[in-house]
Amino acid sequence: MDNIAGRNNGLKWAVNISVVLLVVAWLIPTIGLFVSSFRDRDAITASGWWQAPFAVELTFRTRADDAEPRRDGDSWVVEGNIFQTSEVADAFQSGGAEITGFGVIGREPARFPAGTEGETRDGGALTVNADGSYRYVTAEEPDDRGLRVYFAANTPPDFTLDNYQTILTAQTADERAAARAGGATFWDLLSDDEGVFRNFINTFTVTIPSTIIPILIAAFAAYALAWMDFPGRGLLIAAIVGLLVVPLQLALVPLLNLHNQIGIGQSFLGIWLAHTGFGLPLAIYLLRNYMAGLPRDIIESAKVDGATDFQVFTKIILPLSFPALASFAIFQFLWTWNDLLVAKVFLPSDDASKVMTVRIADDLLGSRGGDWGILAAAAFVSIAVPVLVFFTMQRYLVRGLLAGSVK
Amino acid sequence: MSPLLQGIITILVGVFGCVGYFYAANLVLDKVIFPARGPHAGRNINRATAVRPWLFLFPAIAILGIYLVYPVVGSFVRSLYNRAGDEFIGAGNYATLSGDPGFQTALFNNALWVLFVPAAATFIGLVVAQLTDRLSWGNIAKSLIFMPMAISFVGASLIWKFVYAGDPDIGIINAVRDVIGLSPVDPVQIPFWNNFFLMFILVWIQTGFAMVILSAALRGIPEETIEAAIIDGANPFQLFFKIKVPQIMGTIVVVWTTITILVLKVFDIVYTMTGGNFGTDILPSYMMSFMFRDDGRATAVAVVIMVVVLPVMVWNIRQAQKEMR
Repeated sequence: MDNIAGRNNGLKWAVNISVVLLVVAWLIPTIGLFVSSFRDRDAITASGWWQAPFAVELTFRTRADDAEPRRDGDSWVVEGNIFQTSEVADAFQSGGAEITGFGVIGREPARFPAGTEGETRDGGALTVNADGSYRYVTAEEPDDRGLRVYFAANTPPDFTLDNYQTILTAQTADERAAARAGGATFWDLLSDDEGVFRNFINTFTVTIPSTIIPILIAAFAAYALAWMDFPGRGLLIAAIVGLLVVPLQLALVPLLNLHNQIGIGQSFLGIWLAHTGFGLPLAIYLLRNYMAGLPRDIIESAKVDGATDFQVFTKIILPLSFPALASFAIFQFLWTWNDLLVAKVFLPSDDASKVMTVRIADDLLGSRGGDWGILAAAAFVSIAVPVLVFFTMQRYLVRGLLAGSVK
Repeated sequence: MSPLLQGIITILVGVFGCVGYFYAANLVLDKVIFPARGPHAGRNINRATAVRPWLFLFPAIAILGIYLVYPVVGSFVRSLYNRAGDEFIGAGNYATLSGDPGFQTALFNNALWVLFVPAAATFIGLVVAQLTDRLSWGNIAKSLIFMPMAISFVGASLIWKFVYAGDPDIGIINAVRDVIGLSPVDPVQIPFWNNFFLMFILVWIQTGFAMVILSAALRGIPEETIEAAIIDGANPFQLFFKIKVPQIMGTIVVVWTTITILVLKVFDIVYTMTGGNFGTDILPSYMMSFMFRDDGRATAVAVVIMVVVLPVMVWNIRQAQKEMR
């Protein structure tokens, strides 16, 4: 086909290029989030994620306290290396940083370029070189705490898992270090109720029963609707198609009241039941369409051989319908994992029973609104599982979409 | 009891309960109530066959009845009562709604969403489906564009929060503006247009869906029609718009309506991006602002959403019935 008419080389190039552009445009937002989740918060606000592989200029403040002052004639001299001073030593352990400028007041942290001499407030002279070495000459004896120095340095890119550890355990790096020193294992930290790890587990707890239970119920119903003849079958199928599009919003208030009345209240049991109910129409619809397409001969010959409906269903239909069962399972898994509305309404609102989506939308976005690294890491933890399922099971997902694309 | 353990027990109870129910019900039907032996064996077999479908359907019908049919009625009835639910006020909630500027904004924005999102997603999806059709690496491209389907609306909103961020060192849009020399803006706070920035998030998610279905439809077009058009001298654009698109019109309509229904349900994006502020409220998020506070008004909004969905529902049922005949 390609070599006949209607296609020329120029057009081919245009098509290739425009598809590349589209794919890049579609991926950029996700890549941005992914890259940001590995950068610490200072780096995120200092430069865009697209500059992450390059050095960033960050400003620091410290005290020139790594060397003892010594007398030189009638003045005092302090010589040392700025990267080794106590306040910033941690940040420059890996080396490779380069100083671009320095200053002595917070308002102008990089007033003097590296290698030049700057005047300090007490009338002394400070020189800081690009490699961090400095020389401070002053008339009076410096105090023990050292001279206050500000400087800007090109810091090499530093990718860290710190954001992930922080959100999963809900403890900062320092708190974690203290806890580890106190004998706690990383698993102890993860088990903390405050951490997002708890919400991550909750999401699994909500998702797995909500995926498995509707499949079974729907499979039997779909078999009845596909292969059994009874009055009212057409009406029931029409009703299922109608229920496919009932907006969830309608179900929230009456069902929550019902759950409260019968004592389920806001609980995991409640959300499992709710997800089962909301997933059933699609499950029945997908499975019925698939089962109705199975060859009639197999079923009839099995019946002639004396198989009951129950046996036909469990021994023939169920194994043959595996692709449809798999596509529904993936749909339902993605849908329940990604759901915010049902979880907000049917689960209790304390932190320990929230799922990932609710935790991110209600908690992290509100209180941690400015901490981009934390937000990115949390979002990525919640995105990773469905994306993994998506890429491994894409075949079934596409098949399901094509079989009955109404939800 | 830890939720995890509770979950495992629920799976076991659910799975064994279902299988047990179906197995036991069948056994009872065949062996106890209508045994296929004795003087009435033939009649009993017929009766068992008549009852069995309902046995298979019972759990599904019960759950659908409680979780989808009852709420439709329940919501409507509840919407006729006041906030506390103890006084019948007829159409009072609806009257309050129609007078509320917030509701009018939400309704207007929702109309924008319903017009823009399905159109944009279907159009871009169709273009991508056509472009990738004969491409050697088309499947990879499609799978990457399809990927946002797996991402939650909350996750997607966060992803786009990074794109839209006002700080030119975080948001790529403002970074581009910065390079050109324009001052940074916050896209979600520009009146009116912010709606479109939010809508685009949903377009970003749904394009893959439209693309997958339309791509399958394009593959299903009979080769002869295309060959005939090429022989008649149609250029690629004529081929696409005059030969291919008309043949997959049915699928385009299905994709369009499916996305339309979805648009009417999605509250997550507005909720996470703006919380309904800056004039971006839509009906589902407007309803959430009354949830847990004023059930009467919340259900009234839900009923309004239902009324909007109703034509699509009827159309869907008609289509399904046509297919079955």
